[in-house]
Amino acid sequence: MIQRLLPHPLLTPILALVWMLLANEFSAGHAVLGLVLGWAIPVFTLRFWPEPTRIHRPLTLLRFIVVVLFDILIANLAVAKLIVSRPRRLQPAFVEIPLAVRSDLAISLLANTISLTPGTVSAELSPERDRLLVHALHVTDTEALVATIKSRYEAPLKEVFEE
Amino acid sequence: MIDTALTIAFTLVGLAVALSFWRLLRGPDAPDRILALDTLYVNTIALLVLFGIQIDSNLYFEAALLIALMGFVGTVALCKYLLRGDIIE
Amino acid sequence: MLEYLLAFLIIAGGAFTFIGSLGLARLRDFYSRLHGPTKATTLGVGCVLIASAVYFSRGEAASFHEILITLFLFITAPVSAHLMAKAALHLKLASLAERPEPRERD
Repeated sequence: MIQRLLPHPLLTPILALVWMLLANEFSAGHAVLGLVLGWAIPVFTLRFWPEPTRIHRPLTLLRFIVVVLFDILIANLAVAKLIVSRPRRLQPAFVEIPLAVRSDLAISLLANTISLTPGTVSAELSPERDRLLVHALHVTDTEALVATIKSRYEAPLKEVFEE
Repeated sequence: MIDTALTIAFTLVGLAVALSFWRLLRGPDAPDRILALDTLYVNTIALLVLFGIQIDSNLYFEAALLIALMGFVGTVALCKYLLRGDIIE
Repeated sequence: MLEYLLAFLIIAGGAFTFIGSLGLARLRDFYSRLHGPTKATTLGVGCVLIASAVYFSRGEAASFHEILITLFLFITAPVSAHLMAKAALHLKLASLAERPEPRERD
């Protein structure tokens, strides 16, 4: 019953927050309206959400977000330096990353994280969904890159969404 | 202070728009042009927001939001077209 | 103090946006060009948007809706980059890096 009335308990407050940001007004009235919308939208779009999402370790997720935000900043400075200083001597490479995560959400989050962080863009997911093809702008040690991505981004995601 | 910063930022983003246009015209392939268009959308958002700060008006927020939404949908549709030769399957 | 922060954010935003497009114009193959706009430009526009949020929050009414565009850009930039890379691989565009083995497609 609760499952049907409130299919995505996390989505409701997020949608309410988005509504208040959109209205640009943090008043009680808009909070109520936002909560109503946040309840109604998941109920009416239920069939477009294939699997329910569970977050197992909120603290790990929080730490992951902080790490990623920090890495985005660092990665941008690094890429900016590469672009400005030596565009002719870059060593781009395609790297394949074997995936340990299985769920749709975890794979897409991992792919997005890879695209936003250290000089890499995710290019293609293999049809069997077990390898992610990544293009790196400048890489000298591909194995170290794969190891970094696996330990820094994939491990926390697996912990949060799959265990 | 902010006025000077705005002038510098306008110049930089203007140059960015010019460079993206150059890539859009030069190509050489379809994905390059899509990438250039996508960059132009994002640059336009920056220009609009900077303009909003300069004339001290919140009015341009909606326009920037709409450009962000439409730009993303446009890029996805163009990529889908290249991938499948069809947009709506 | 706030003014220095604003000026810094605005100039940093402009600089990153410029570097993103510089990468787009200067790098030599499509897959490398993809890196500039997805990372530098997104962060640059993010900086400008946060500057705008700070600027319009100085008075009585807070203004945080610029955060929405920032979030939206940070979510969509990797998605469109992924799609463009996929389209480029599909069209077998020339690349400086060694191409991966082509796989069977469904």
